[in-house]
Amino acid sequence: MTTTTLKEPLRGSPAGAATREPRRRTGRIRRAGLPYLLLLPALILELLVHLVPMVIGIVMSFKELTQFYIRDWGTAPWTGLGNYKVSVDFDAPVGEALLHSFFVTVAFTLLSVGLCWLIGTAAAIYMQDTFTGRGLLRALFLVPYALPVYAAVITWVFMFQHDNGLVNHVLHDQLHLTDKPSFWLIGDNSFYALLTVSVWKGWPFAFLIVMAGLQNIPGELYEAAALDGAGMWQQIRRITLPSLRPVNQVLLLVLFLWTFNDFNTPYVLFGKSAPEAADLISVHIYQASFVTWNFGTGSAMSVLLLLFLLVVTGVYLALTSRGRRTGDV
Amino acid sequence: MRSIRAAAVGAVTVSLALAATACGGGSSNGGGSNDSPKTLTYWASNQGASIAVDKKVLQPELDKFEKQTGIKVKLEVVPWSDLLNRILTATTSGQGPDVLNIGNTWSASLQATGALLPWDAKNFAKIGGKDRFVDSALGSTGAAGKDPAAVPLYSMAYALYYNKQIFADAGISKPPATWDELVADGKKISAKGKSPLGAEGSNLSENIHHVFVFAKQHGGEFFTADGKADFTNAKVVDAVKQYVDLMAKDKVIPTGDAEYAQNQSVSDFAKGKQAMLLWQSASANLKSQGMSPDQYGIAPVPVQSGTPGTGTQVNSMVAGINLAVFKNSHNLDGAAKFVKFMTSDAEQKILNTAYSSIPPVRTAQTDAAFNSPANAVLKDTLAKSAAALPQVADESQFETAVGTAVKNLFADVAAGRAVTTASVKAALEKAQQQMPAK
Repeated sequence: MTTTTLKEPLRGSPAGAATREPRRRTGRIRRAGLPYLLLLPALILELLVHLVPMVIGIVMSFKELTQFYIRDWGTAPWTGLGNYKVSVDFDAPVGEALLHSFFVTVAFTLLSVGLCWLIGTAAAIYMQDTFTGRGLLRALFLVPYALPVYAAVITWVFMFQHDNGLVNHVLHDQLHLTDKPSFWLIGDNSFYALLTVSVWKGWPFAFLIVMAGLQNIPGELYEAAALDGAGMWQQIRRITLPSLRPVNQVLLLVLFLWTFNDFNTPYVLFGKSAPEAADLISVHIYQASFVTWNFGTGSAMSVLLLLFLLVVTGVYLALTSRGRRTGDV
Repeated sequence: MRSIRAAAVGAVTVSLALAATACGGGSSNGGGSNDSPKTLTYWASNQGASIAVDKKVLQPELDKFEKQTGIKVKLEVVPWSDLLNRILTATTSGQGPDVLNIGNTWSASLQATGALLPWDAKNFAKIGGKDRFVDSALGSTGAAGKDPAAVPLYSMAYALYYNKQIFADAGISKPPATWDELVADGKKISAKGKSPLGAEGSNLSENIHHVFVFAKQHGGEFFTADGKADFTNAKVVDAVKQYVDLMAKDKVIPTGDAEYAQNQSVSDFAKGKQAMLLWQSASANLKSQGMSPDQYGIAPVPVQSGTPGTGTQVNSMVAGINLAVFKNSHNLDGAAKFVKFMTSDAEQKILNTAYSSIPPVRTAQTDAAFNSPANAVLKDTLAKSAAALPQVADESQFETAVGTAVKNLFADVAAGRAVTTASVKAALEKAQQQMPAK
């Protein structure tokens, strides 16, 4: 945006425009080329680290890559769209299971992202006021985010255990909320166990980002609003949330992608075969490829997942940036 | 500007989306060599109570081997949760160990990948011949009619471990020989406030080992003679139902065990909370958890009626560990020497004693060290009433699919849902649909 304002006076100057044109053009090319030059190392590494494995993954999805061929991929027969057909044939068991897993993941992601955002934002707003112990609380809130995932989730596994777990001890033994101890790691409750851990792990990130965003809102806005008689809710609705819009836009997208793709949490909680109620798509694909040794189908599922996320991201960005442009005017 | 940002976010999306699932690596191009004759890499499975225990057991032996041959063996003990994935990755990339332990039930599946050196007559001659190994152990080294993919290293069998004190308190004079007796004894034990029997309801392999034996006892098979999955035949359904009913109907397995997958039932037994345990070669494990051998007795796993034997009287799988050589090894001769060393009489005695397993080598098996009452039961079971799991290329998938079905059935019981013949059949039907269509 700033470059156009800089260029305006140049273009407007009438003197010697014709004679200076070539030099200006090479200069412009050089100036335009510099960012690409600077980006080159990153680009090359990006190609190596991300795009090459991705392309291999996409190639794999067109092959029948079972245990008989993994030793020498080249000999695996091409199946064309065979793996994709199996994956999206929702009347057959494989496709049906994938669809089920997809819906579970969508529900889980919406709930988890929503709760993470809500808790994170609420905490960040409360933490705006200065009070004793604020620094300590802020640090404490960030602990789940700072802990290594594996260690944190394993601790949750212990807490969710049926016989000796802390959760049942509190809910059943002490508060008597349930008739008998519940199972959290198997059966239908596993969805809530997974959601709990995911929100516990994810909200500090929302908290951190929103807190940073709040620092940029000028205090005068609140003072002026207070003078005009706006209450706390009105201030949040009319000042805080609109000002946080750009932050939230990125935050929600990142949380969505992380949660949708989360592998570590369900894998550590449930192991190789997750209960149906908590069969997230990442673990499902892992199982489709590693546990059943069918890497072609697994890759096809990954590519489908990739396409879905691309579409969601594209639509989301299109919608939110259009909304913002009209908002700016 | 917007398109650049969209592209950037797109790139981030793409990388995030594939980060979890992308697989790198390259294809390998064929056979091994003898390019590096002075070193070997050995992946050992976790046989002792911990990885540290394994290192302590194995390292002195590897030092001995180095002294004899001048070949240095780099040891890595790989936990069970990782071992199969690590082997698959090594197979895919061609970058693996020279020698490795595999669970003997994986033999046929890994054999199908072509990553392991086939033990033909020539290779067997290098380690003293095929005849050195007992037949039951050789029966679990690969598909019938093909050269074995590995050689037997440790043999194990399931047995019934029972707590003598709890049995005495409940007025039970001898361990149950049939399932009916076990259920009846279970009622007496429950009355004393102890849990009768343990199980690892969420451990897929344990589930498979047990339903396999129950299927045998019902005269059923999970695979047809030509290797097709046949999980829904009435005998298999009855067998699976009988196992799950130990929790659902007979109530000898506590519902809490439905979520066990980390050998918690062994701990429950070692702590004296639970009267019985069906486990393979548990002595060393129990000792490490503080239970002394005189506190428990060992008996054969129950049968439907009569005494253990062949056919429907089978009461254990042939459990064990095989030693395989990676075809891509750069020290094939050294690897053969190492296999010879590990399967020598002297090493077999040392290692199998340390792991409370039975040597699959005939001459080592006769040693007095393996004549204790505990080992007598295991040896007897292996010799007379153990059967090998299906040696088919899809074995690994079978373990996952059927193991998960049983896990889900246990979860149903835990959630208070009824387990019926129909629901067992439905679960097995679903497992069968997940098997490769061929």
